[in-house]
Formats: sequence, C-alpha cells, structure tokens
Amino acid sequence: MTVTPLGIPRRLLEFTIDGEPVRAPEGSTVLDACRAAGKDVPTLCEGDTLRPKNACRVCVVEVEGSRTLVPACSRRAEPGMEVRTDSERARHSRKIVLELLASSVDLSTTPQVAEWIKAYEAKPDRFGPDAARLDEEPKVDNALYVRDYDKCILCYKCVDACGDQWQNTFAISVSGRGFDARIAVEHDAPLTDSACVYCGNCVEVCPTGALSFRSEFDMRAAGTWDESAQTETTTVCAYCGVGCSLTLHVQDNEIVKVTSPHDNPVTHGNLCIKGRFGYQHVQNRD
Amino acid sequence: MRKRDRTPKTYTRLTHPLLRDSRNEPFRQASWEEALDRAARGLERNRGAFGMFSCARATNEMNYVAQKFARVVMGTNNVDSCNRTCHAPSVAGLSAAFGSGGGTSSYEEIEHTDVIVMWGSNARFAHPIFFQHVLRGIRNGARMYAVDPRRTSTAEWAESWLGLNVGTDIPMAHAIGREIIHAGLANEAFIERATTGFEEYKALVEPWTLSLAEKVTGVPARAIRELAHAYARAERAQLCWTLGITEHHNGTDNVRALINLSLLTGQVGRYGAGLQPLRGQNNVQGGGDMGAIPNRLPGFQDILDPDSRLKFESAWDTVIQPHYGLNLTEMFEAMEEGSLRAVYCIGENPAQSEADSEQAVRRMKQLDFLVVQDIFLTRTAELADVILPATAGWAETDGTTTNSERRVQRVRRAVTPPGEAREDIDIICELAARLGHDWKYADAETVWNELRSVSPDHYGMTYERLEEHQGIQWPCPSTDELEPTYLHGRLWEKDPAGRGMPAPFGIVQHDPPVDLTDEEYPIRLTTGRRLDSYNTGVQSGGYASPLRRGEYIELCPEDAERYGVVVGEEVQVSSRRGSVVAPVWVDTALRPGLAFMTMHFPDEVDTNQLTIEANCPIAGTAEFKASAIRIEKLPVATIVR
Repeated sequence: MTVTPLGIPRRLLEFTIDGEPVRAPEGSTVLDACRAAGKDVPTLCEGDTLRPKNACRVCVVEVEGSRTLVPACSRRAEPGMEVRTDSERARHSRKIVLELLASSVDLSTTPQVAEWIKAYEAKPDRFGPDAARLDEEPKVDNALYVRDYDKCILCYKCVDACGDQWQNTFAISVSGRGFDARIAVEHDAPLTDSACVYCGNCVEVCPTGALSFRSEFDMRAAGTWDESAQTETTTVCAYCGVGCSLTLHVQDNEIVKVTSPHDNPVTHGNLCIKGRFGYQHVQNRD
Repeated sequence: MRKRDRTPKTYTRLTHPLLRDSRNEPFRQASWEEALDRAARGLERNRGAFGMFSCARATNEMNYVAQKFARVVMGTNNVDSCNRTCHAPSVAGLSAAFGSGGGTSSYEEIEHTDVIVMWGSNARFAHPIFFQHVLRGIRNGARMYAVDPRRTSTAEWAESWLGLNVGTDIPMAHAIGREIIHAGLANEAFIERATTGFEEYKALVEPWTLSLAEKVTGVPARAIRELAHAYARAERAQLCWTLGITEHHNGTDNVRALINLSLLTGQVGRYGAGLQPLRGQNNVQGGGDMGAIPNRLPGFQDILDPDSRLKFESAWDTVIQPHYGLNLTEMFEAMEEGSLRAVYCIGENPAQSEADSEQAVRRMKQLDFLVVQDIFLTRTAELADVILPATAGWAETDGTTTNSERRVQRVRRAVTPPGEAREDIDIICELAARLGHDWKYADAETVWNELRSVSPDHYGMTYERLEEHQGIQWPCPSTDELEPTYLHGRLWEKDPAGRGMPAPFGIVQHDPPVDLTDEEYPIRLTTGRRLDSYNTGVQSGGYASPLRRGEYIELCPEDAERYGVVVGEEVQVSSRRGSVVAPVWVDTALRPGLAFMTMHFPDEVDTNQLTIEANCPIAGTAEFKASAIRIEKLPVATIVR
C-alpha cells in the first residue's frame, strides 16, 4: 500500500548573503534566502504562486564568480555561494531597470515602486518627455475587469496564470516580437470574443494594476478608492461546495474587491467568476 | 446573434419583517416583535405537523441550532435541506458501504494520482477550482476519463470521453466491473479482507458483457475496456462524480455501482486513491454533518442508536423521537396529504428548485402556516405568511462551513447587514424562547463549542485551530493531532479487529429512467449548470457576467436541422408535465436526441416545469437528469393592423 508522501528530506545549504552566514533548505531560491534573512530585494515579475519568469530583472544580485548579475527570484541557492544584494553593481542595475520601466510605463498603481525609485535614486525623467510610451486608453469592454496596457511591464504573470500554470484557459498570450511585443487576447481578438472565463486570476497576479477590477477602476476614476479605509476579511465562498477562501476588501460597507490567500490549500490564490465577482447580491440593499 | 434582450430579475435584500393576515392580501411591514409572535403562534398551533427546511448555504452553527429547534422545540425529526435535491444519494451510498457519508479523499490527493475518472461531472464549469487540482494531476501525468452524455468542457481534457446514454450508468459500471474480474485485475487480497458480498456481485455483473454494455450505453466496447483496465491497473485512482450520478430516480444505486468499482480494485482508503462526490452548495456537507437531516443527529450519529439518542437527550434535556423524520421529498408529500401543516423554511427556494415546480408550489399553498427566513423575497417567500429578513451566511455572520473534502473553514462577518436583518441563530433563538426554550448563545463560537461537545468527529476543531490550519478536515477527534487526509485507511489494516466493518458490495440492478422517450416525446432532456450562474439564479443574477446569455434549450446541430430551428428562435418545449417557451441554442457537445437546459433562470424559463418528480426511494432525490420532451416550432404570428 502507498502511504502519504512526505517529500524527500531537504538538506540545509550554507552560504553567505552580504557577508553574513545563512542556511536555506535545498531547492530554495536566493530570493527565499534573502527574504528569510530580512534583506529587502525588490521584485515585480516574481509571483508566489507562479514559476519564476526572469522578465523584469529588478531583483538581480551579485554572486561571486558569476560573470553576470543573477536574478534572485529564479537562481537556486548553492552551498558556499557568496551573494551580495546591495553591491554597487546590483544597485546600479536596479536603478537602470527602474528608470527604463518607469519612463516607458505608468507605474502609478504599482505598490512600493515609488520607494524603490527613491532608494535607488532612479531618474526616469532623464529620458525626457519623448520616452517611448504606449499611450493607449484603458480597455473597458466588460463589467468585471479593465485592461490598461499603459501600465503593463510585460512580466507575463497573467499569461502564466491564464495558461498552463493555473487556469488552463489560454485566453491571454503575447503578440508581436521585440519592441512590438505586448500582452493581448489570443489572436489579438476582442476580449469578449475570446476564451476568457472571467475568473480574474490574471488580475490577482498583476503587479502593476495594468489589470484591475472594474470596481477599483471606477472608484479610482471617481477619486473614491481609498485602501487605507478598507478592511480585509477572509471568509468562504457562497457558491459551490469546493469551499474557496475569499478575502473580501470592504470600503464603506461595500465589497469593492475579492482576492484569495495565496497559501490557501484549496485555492492557491485562484477563484472562478462566481467567487471573484458574484458578491453583488449581498449589497443589493435597495 | 449573440445576445438577446433580456431584463433579468434581480433581487434586492429584505430589510424588514413582512407579514400578512391572509394569503390574498399583500405583505405589510411589521416590527420584529409582531412578526416573531405571529410566527411562534403559527408554529405552536401546528405542533405535530411541522417540518423544518434548513439551509445548505448557511453556517454549520446555524444548521446545528435549526435542527435543535426542530428536535427540541418542535419535537420532530422532520428536518432536511436541499441536499435532498442533489447529493443525498452520495451520502446514502457512501454510508451504506463505509458507514460514513463524506467523500473519502482530499483535493490535494488528486494532484498525486495516476487515473482520474470524472463520472457525470462537469467540474470544469460547476467546480472550477476543484478542476484546477484535476488539471494539476493531469499535468503531473495522471490520465483522466470523462463519463458523461455530453462532451463537456471537462471531457475536453480527457484521455477518453465515454458518452453514454442518459441513465445507463449502472450498465457501464457493471460492465467495467465484469471486465476487471475477467481480466484478472480484481484486487483479491483487498476483496477478501475488507469487503463482503463479492460472490453475489460477481454473479450480478456477469451478464454485462462489453458488447451488451455497448448496446445499452452506446459507448464502444473497447472504450469501456480501456477505462476498466486503466482504473484497475493504476497504482492510485480517483473516482469523482456529481449530479449526473445522483439526480436519478435510482441515484443511490448509481452511487453504489461506482463504489463497487473501488472495492473491486482497492482504490479507496489510501493516499491518492478514493471516491470524491463534489458537493453543490457551500455548506451542504456541513448541513448534513450538523444533523439537519431527518435520520442523523449532529456528527452523523444515527437516530436509531439508543446510545446516541441518550447522549443528546441528556445534553439537550429533551426526548428525541426514536424514529427517522420525513425528508424534504416526503414532507412535500405530507403537505399533499395534509399531515404536514406548518413549515419553517430557512434560505431555501423549493418553489423553483424542486422538480415539477408547479406541484411544489401547489403543495406549499395548502399549508396552514409558512414562515420563510431569507435574504431575498424569493418565489418561495412570496407564498409565506411571515417573512423574516436574515443575514447572508458567508459575508455577514461568523461561523464555519464544511466543503467537499470535509474541510471545516471559518466564515467571517465582513459587511454589516441591511436594515433590520438579523442573524439566523438570533432569530431561531427568539422563536425558541417564545415556544418555551430559553437558549443563550453569546456568539457562533459558543454554538460551535456545544457541537464539539456532542460530536467526536468535530471535537478537535477549536476556532483557534481552524484559523491556524486554514481549516481542518473531519474526523478530528483530538485537539493535538490531525488525522490523514483520506478516510477508511482502516480497510487496509492487517489486524482484522482494526479493520472494523468490512465494506459490502452494492447489489444494484439497472433501471432505466422513469420518463421514457417515445414517438410523442422523442428527445431526452438533461439538466446541469453553467459556469457563471448558480442554481435558481437568485444569487448569481446579482452580478453582470459577460458570459451570461439567459436560458436556452440546447440542441445538437443535427436535431436543430431536423426540426428546422435556428439559434435564437423560440420554440415550445413540452414534457408530460408541463410546457415552456425557450429559445434554441446549438451546441456540438450534444448528440442527436439529447437536449440540455439549466435551472438558472426560472423567472424566464421554468425548466423544472418539465422535469419529473420520480424520486430515489432511498435518498428522495428527483430525476432532474432525465425527462422526455418534444420541441415544436411556434406558429407564425400574424399581426393584424
């Protein structure tokens, strides 16, 4: 008979981060070890429920003996490694990455990025007002979520969440090559004609607000969106018997957004259209 | 054409108690005091003819108090919920085989299994997040087989789709069983040690050769053979089912036929090997666990067991009727006879969810007294004498619910309820007080702790631990330990004493659907769910889904051509019980002679006027999945100017 797989016992690897000795379980990434050691390494394309994509390069660190800087989010920890998270080279690289991103993309709704820009003394304005921008109106084509590609950093998290890593719907893909690459509905069709099932699992992982819930988008436009006035309460979905955990974001006694805890054993942060968007009945109060 | 003009009915919250002095008057707003007094009087005068419809959408705590109200205050075991219309056969079948009515596996295990059988289940639409675990399993190398009359979006992920005729699940299961036995793939050691009735089962399935099964089910013999071999040879296999199995007049037999396959091959009681009925409501598992069913006390303890009764009698200081109560189906029959005169209906909408809905409404109108406690003025509430506005269990109250993998999880209050709406437990306690039982529950946790004290399976689940572990699966008898994620590991014990009661094979015969197709009603109508809508649509109608297109009668392209109808064209759909008008949709997932509808838009198209109330004699579930219909073109309207 088979028994519950416990997994292979994991060795602890010893190495150093910024000169201090650390121990991390075999298989963990440099980023995991940095976070455990309390090092503040910025990330954008990294997602706790997704496999590393190495797209944004904002988490790069210096590793002794490595010719290039390495992305902390995907590089596995090795024994004897000497990692430097705050070296001149790493800081310089992050600064350039932030300048390039912030000059070409609207990062106004990206959490923490303003702090990083300050911390790394990045000057996105130095490319002048003619820096390449998409300059596109947000796509408001359905009642549930909005796509604002001016805010897209091409991190591919939405593509992965919609694709084989979670949802397996494949409504989102990359179209174009090189400078013309952009996130699009498959075959660049209108969203409402696509395979999209409106689960919002792409919105859940978007790091910049390029994808946002219609409720949030409308409230931001009206100037009423106020995260400091919101409470977050985790409860269980009211629809089928699967029992997905929902975190209700409530402002002025209205549910304004629904997410799910990423470490939840049932959902791993994913929901379906009913769980994500089907809350309105509770607040049809008059 | 893609969308038609619809003005879907949306429901607004009830904010004040409503009542009326006679059924032909409109409702008027009332104070809580007046409404509760009126409700208490109505129930009091019908003592001995009372039934409780508890709510599979509300918390465990509410269900516990509701069944206690029925048993202690009203002195009856007539308490049930909408589990009767969906998975009661699964509970009945699993308890008959294993003594416990829960699914045996966990979601995580399906990611680590070798073969997955999805039988009568379109989980991709009906249980999307469970299906993500299935997809993980498939990506980890599991082979998935879909058994379903429709080529659903679940079937699109299958290695093989077995598109059987509606209502031929038992022939299919028996043929698989026979093939496993004849191929020498039965797990003889497991059968010997952990089961009874194998010889009888062997004789039962012997006539079901692959070629006979092909004739009856319409599925090629080699496809059945392939599934049989894959399931039996797998190191671990999961058998999952939904309402395609249970919503038949012999639903419990269908469930037993599937369980037989797991007993035959030892695909149960191990990590990754098990049986997984996917439940349809957020707390339909919990409602039953809490005793809101007519034959069990909280913690799934049998009413016929004197020791169990004694325990509850001393805990509640009452006398418990030593016999089973009426289930939902029987309560409706008792309304017809006049032996059930008053109903306390909490959060259910039987006026639209019962099969043969016209009959259900007629029966409820015959009641002397109906009190409905809900968050909306549903069609059922429109029939009531008193309406009590409640809170939404999942967002406005504290408590717990139990999901399909037996995981008890905390629900929490996030928003303030509208107007004077009150929590279910408060309302029930107010009524209990007026009827002579002064219960004091400070909060939901107090109720939960009372339940823990009487249900060993829940004893170890304190609110604190539920929070810490993000939910705990039952059984959880200890406050220090967690049990394995799967049930019935005992069946594999070497020591016969530790193995406990062996699991009996179910000796069940094929019995085709009651509503036969013939020349007059040539089309088989089956029902199900769509991705973005839910049940009678009271809840899901509240948000704007881009996917929603209202109710249609879905036909295959061949049938659409045969009847000369096109997408969007309205047709008359008739069964032996009723007739509705619905527009046509063409779906290539269907086959000639098979049509599909949902019950999501009963205010537009009342599908349940067509369905048949042919009930499973064991579990009382109606045959929603098989009615015989015909479709007719509407006469061309002539407009006189």
